[in-house]
Amino acid sequence: MTQQFSLFARMGKDLPASVLQELMFELRVSRVMTSTPITISSQQLMEDVKTLMRDHRFSGIPVVDDGELVGIVSVQDLIHAFEEQALDAPVQRFMTPRDRLITVMVEEPVFEALKRLEQTGVGRLLVLDAERHLVGMLTKGDIVAGLLHALEAAYHREEELERQRHPRRFFEALVSDETSLVMRYRVRANDFASGGRASAQLKQALLQMGAAPQLARRVAIATYEAEINLIIHTLDGGYIVAEIRPERIIVVAHDMGPGIANVELARKVGYSTASPLAREMGFGAGMGLTNIERCTDELNIWSAVGVGTRVEMIFNVTEDGARAPVEHS
Amino acid sequence: MILRDIVTQLDLQVLAGEGALDQEVTGGYIADLLSCVMAGAQPGQLWFTLQTHLNIVAVASLVGVAAIVITEAAAVGPETINRAAGEGVVLLRSAEPTFETVMKLARLL
Repeated sequence: MTQQFSLFARMGKDLPASVLQELMFELRVSRVMTSTPITISSQQLMEDVKTLMRDHRFSGIPVVDDGELVGIVSVQDLIHAFEEQALDAPVQRFMTPRDRLITVMVEEPVFEALKRLEQTGVGRLLVLDAERHLVGMLTKGDIVAGLLHALEAAYHREEELERQRHPRRFFEALVSDETSLVMRYRVRANDFASGGRASAQLKQALLQMGAAPQLARRVAIATYEAEINLIIHTLDGGYIVAEIRPERIIVVAHDMGPGIANVELARKVGYSTASPLAREMGFGAGMGLTNIERCTDELNIWSAVGVGTRVEMIFNVTEDGARAPVEHS
Repeated sequence: MILRDIVTQLDLQVLAGEGALDQEVTGGYIADLLSCVMAGAQPGQLWFTLQTHLNIVAVASLVGVAAIVITEAAAVGPETINRAAGEGVVLLRSAEPTFETVMKLARLL
């Protein structure tokens, strides 16, 4: 019940009636019915009907002889048997016979089943397959439960689509004058085995927040290069701090040394001071900062020998995640 | 072309990611310099390399390549295989050198 209430609470009045109607046409009886119901034979006694109804809280039991549906016996029929003090009589005497059964075909829409229940006033429909064999039972309760289930699924689908359409939605729910989320990663010097951990986790977080895949990729590539730089070049590792705002993402990699002697030179393609070991592993191509530059909308590097380096990478959040066009002056 | 068919046709050994072989392959990228791969490789491509250390898994995952193909039957440590399996990255190995492997792929694509 809790689940159903929360569902209604969440949907509130936003759910258009047409969604429910569509579902009732889309949803087939087979999806909501109770399959392979317990049956009884016409030669069993009303006493057996009483036991079954008491133990299973059934209000109607289909009567089947040799695989053929021959009728249905309900609580009303059992009351008649009690009144006549005929619990030892066979089911056949009190059941509703085959020609008066209200049925529905297994592949009919739920809408049809509901109409039939309303029109005839019966509590349950017998569900038949194309060969007119009994395959299930359907009550209003089954339909309500089935619809709720389908609605819940439809709601989640809608929510997912909505999330994908609105990358900034995550932030709309959080109210402040300026909201941002900060994620901090420690990167250790020479810890090649963990290289890429921070950037992979940041990428994952961005995707979960609904960032466009291209934006997540740009951020991940630039952050990876900065992360590897901390591993290869620093004395004591450093930190990567990503600040995620609705309109921009700012990733800062900072360390305590050794510092870059000539930042301009370091930004040149092919220039690298990486160790032979790092080069052997395929690092130190002298492309790191170039890669970062290519992926960011703004790049600021500050460094002093003996003090440390701070690399600030700024990414504008755009609808498709692409880098904003470069302004020509 | 589907990755699984390429694995069969090129006689590649699947070291990790057996469960992700039903994806479409759009092309290839060859480099041992990781920054080149970060800059140039595109999602859906096969990345051919001789590098076998742990970081290739991170690079493959960040770029979103369809698979890493280690060539020349280079030895791959269990850490790399385990990391790839853990992150769902497909790790393949060819017994032949990169050139021969890529020639075969080129005929298929």
